[in-house]
Amino acid sequence: MTIPFAFDIGTAMLLIAVGGWMMVAQGTMVAVIIFVVYGLLMAIAWVRLSAVDVALTEAAIGSGITGMLLLSAAARLRQTEVTSTLPSFPIRLLSGVLCAAITSGLAVVVLLPADVAPTLAPMAMANLPETGLGNPVAGVLFAFRALDTLLEKVVLLLALLGVWSLAPDRLWGGVPALDSYAPPNDILVFFAQVLPPFGIVFAIYMTWTGASNPGGAFQGGTVLAVMWLLVMMAGVVRAPPISCLRLRWLLVAGPVLFLMVGLAGFALAAGFLAYPAGYAKPLIVVVEIGLALSIGATLGLLAAGPPERNHQP
Amino acid sequence: MITILDTLTILAVSAGTLFFIAGTVGLLRFPDVLTRLHALTKVDNLGLGLVVLGLLPHASGLLGALKLVSVWLLALISGAIVTQLIARAIR
Repeated sequence: MTIPFAFDIGTAMLLIAVGGWMMVAQGTMVAVIIFVVYGLLMAIAWVRLSAVDVALTEAAIGSGITGMLLLSAAARLRQTEVTSTLPSFPIRLLSGVLCAAITSGLAVVVLLPADVAPTLAPMAMANLPETGLGNPVAGVLFAFRALDTLLEKVVLLLALLGVWSLAPDRLWGGVPALDSYAPPNDILVFFAQVLPPFGIVFAIYMTWTGASNPGGAFQGGTVLAVMWLLVMMAGVVRAPPISCLRLRWLLVAGPVLFLMVGLAGFALAAGFLAYPAGYAKPLIVVVEIGLALSIGATLGLLAAGPPERNHQP
Repeated sequence: MITILDTLTILAVSAGTLFFIAGTVGLLRFPDVLTRLHALTKVDNLGLGLVVLGLLPHASGLLGALKLVSVWLLALISGAIVTQLIARAIR
């Protein structure tokens, strides 16, 4: 047994153990914290599977931003948690049976694989040079399955609208109450002044390098979102009112740019979301930059939550 | 053939691992949050620092070495600040 093999087995066992621990954990807050740990372990597992793009996404979004969303949800639900009772026995039994059915279904798929696994990977790799990109994941996201990526960004905006719609009518257009998380805290302020320059450079690098290496708009945008959240939480920068017109343009800029490039494909190339020959890579990079900015703003506002007080100019 | 640099790597990484183990034991065994944080900072600072130091001779060129050192520096600053924030939150 080699050391990498032992490491992989250890990671897999640890993942199962942490997953089980998450289910039996007392209290939502504890379960969420374990979920974050689970996400980081999962990212290590993806690296071991050579899926660095997925690992970056898992660490940044699966564990980072989602963890923060779940933490604030858990904090909001804390009052209700004490009074809530266990669901009735039939419901628990039914959910247990359904979960077991899904698990055994997955087990069957894993244990009895098809002789030839259906895959489009060779085709994607063969056609990659035409896009001018070096990263096959970026090729799939922006050339072969561009429509999925476009719709994914629109779904993000819909999710943000869902969060905003939690605000009562009188606070519509107000400010998310992020800076009220903590009282003025000199250490947090220091952190919020030191880290963002590094974070922003890193986000730009990640977005830029996504065309030829692991990385891309989503990961870069997430880093941007986290830097923005940090400065808002520390009170270095004030959270914007959600009625701010510039903010709303920033939110839709990426998807609109992507859509415009896609529509231009009708006139200049083979059709919707097709790129004119030779210009695929520059167009994709431009779209990625726009998307990174929009994703950063969207994820930051998603985690900031619904507006909780009126805007005082 | 083991060179002097290899010996340095083995010694430093082993020492770093020792700090990781000691820090983990401290995290599990110490009685309250402040002492547990104290144990944890040793892992961040010395444990990771020694591992990075040990890996430096095997880094791919100056740029690779710089990357390793900046990983350590970022872990240092975020570790130190998060520890302070947690300690203040429980006070």
